[in-house]
Amino acid sequence: MAVASAHLRILIGKVGLDGHDRGVKLIARALRDAGVEVIYTGLHQMPEQIVNTAIQEDVDAIGLSILSGAHKTLFRRVLELLREQDAEDIALFGGGIIPDEDVTTLTADGVKALFKPGAPMQEIVTFVKGLKRQG
Amino acid sequence: MSPLGSHPFLCDIRGLKILADQVRAGNVRAISRLISLLENHPGGREVLRLLNGTSRGTRVIGVTGYPGAGKSTVVNCLVAFYRRQRVKVGVLAIDISSSVTGGALLGDRIRMQEHALDQGVYIRSMATRGHHGGLAQATGDAAFVLEAAGYEVILIETIGVGQNEVDIVDLAHIVVAVVAPGLGDEVQAMKAGLLEVAHIIVVNKGDLPGADNTLRNLREWYPNVLRTVATTGEGIPELAAAITAYQQVRSVGHVGEARSC
Repeated sequence: MAVASAHLRILIGKVGLDGHDRGVKLIARALRDAGVEVIYTGLHQMPEQIVNTAIQEDVDAIGLSILSGAHKTLFRRVLELLREQDAEDIALFGGGIIPDEDVTTLTADGVKALFKPGAPMQEIVTFVKGLKRQG
Repeated sequence: MSPLGSHPFLCDIRGLKILADQVRAGNVRAISRLISLLENHPGGREVLRLLNGTSRGTRVIGVTGYPGAGKSTVVNCLVAFYRRQRVKVGVLAIDISSSVTGGALLGDRIRMQEHALDQGVYIRSMATRGHHGGLAQATGDAAFVLEAAGYEVILIETIGVGQNEVDIVDLAHIVVAVVAPGLGDEVQAMKAGLLEVAHIIVVNKGDLPGADNTLRNLREWYPNVLRTVATTGEGIPELAAAITAYQQVRSVGHVGEARSC
């Protein structure tokens, strides 16, 4: 019988019109194998669905994969909704084909980290495992 | 008082009372927080006393069945059905934790995301965290929280079960077992276990070849066997009617009364 303890809970999903889910599934599976409880929402989510789900699931962080080019709009909308719902304690990170200048802008806006193609899985897992909230 | 450990939040009685008041007012963040607290600190069940006096005659419907039979899709259809009647619905969807790493991939709500923007629906995924029997240890407590928060129907989806994970019987007022065609002959239908304890059996994917055989085999041994195609919604009104009919026969108490513990 496992000893009860505070598990790390992470929402992993894809927003917008973007059907490329090979990468996001690999991430979800790698986090599962690292002992994380992964809530996988699947494809084509609206930012509003993601934030409502994150709150209902009481996750420590949201990880979004965006390969559509709409990363600036979508990450900013999720940040805005987290603020509106007084849920800024839920961290936001992501990955995708994102130009360096957009990485700089979005991390300044409040996205905790953005991983680009070729990022080592262990680096992502190590980062995510540091996202456990207190309390 | 149970040992609550040194978790600062659990020692903060005033904070817990505020949290309980927020739960009773239907605050979603508070509901989520309290469920996490109960998941992470089994000793913290004393908190539930703060919610006492909030029985609302909630109906608890268990949905169980074999892996991949379509439990989540059936649950999604039932949520839509009850929402059309303006009933507030809570869903607790259980998936299994890895016995190797403790991690889990909770994917039931993929089938239910059409309800993610509906304020009248609360969906929570729970990992079993080593608990046997088809549910998580805190599932009953989470149902209690949802009742206190005003959800009128609570759908509990078990993990994909084998034949012996029947804890749901103690928690739910009514148990629906979802099976798919092509998983065995008449002798399988006669065996003890899951099918024996279900009040209603649903043959989902009822449009697949073999569905007629499965229905015929099951109907020889069980009184309530229905056909659904959850991807299209076929058979769902009949399932909801069967649930209601069953509950009229068996008067329903509140969540606490249904539980064995």
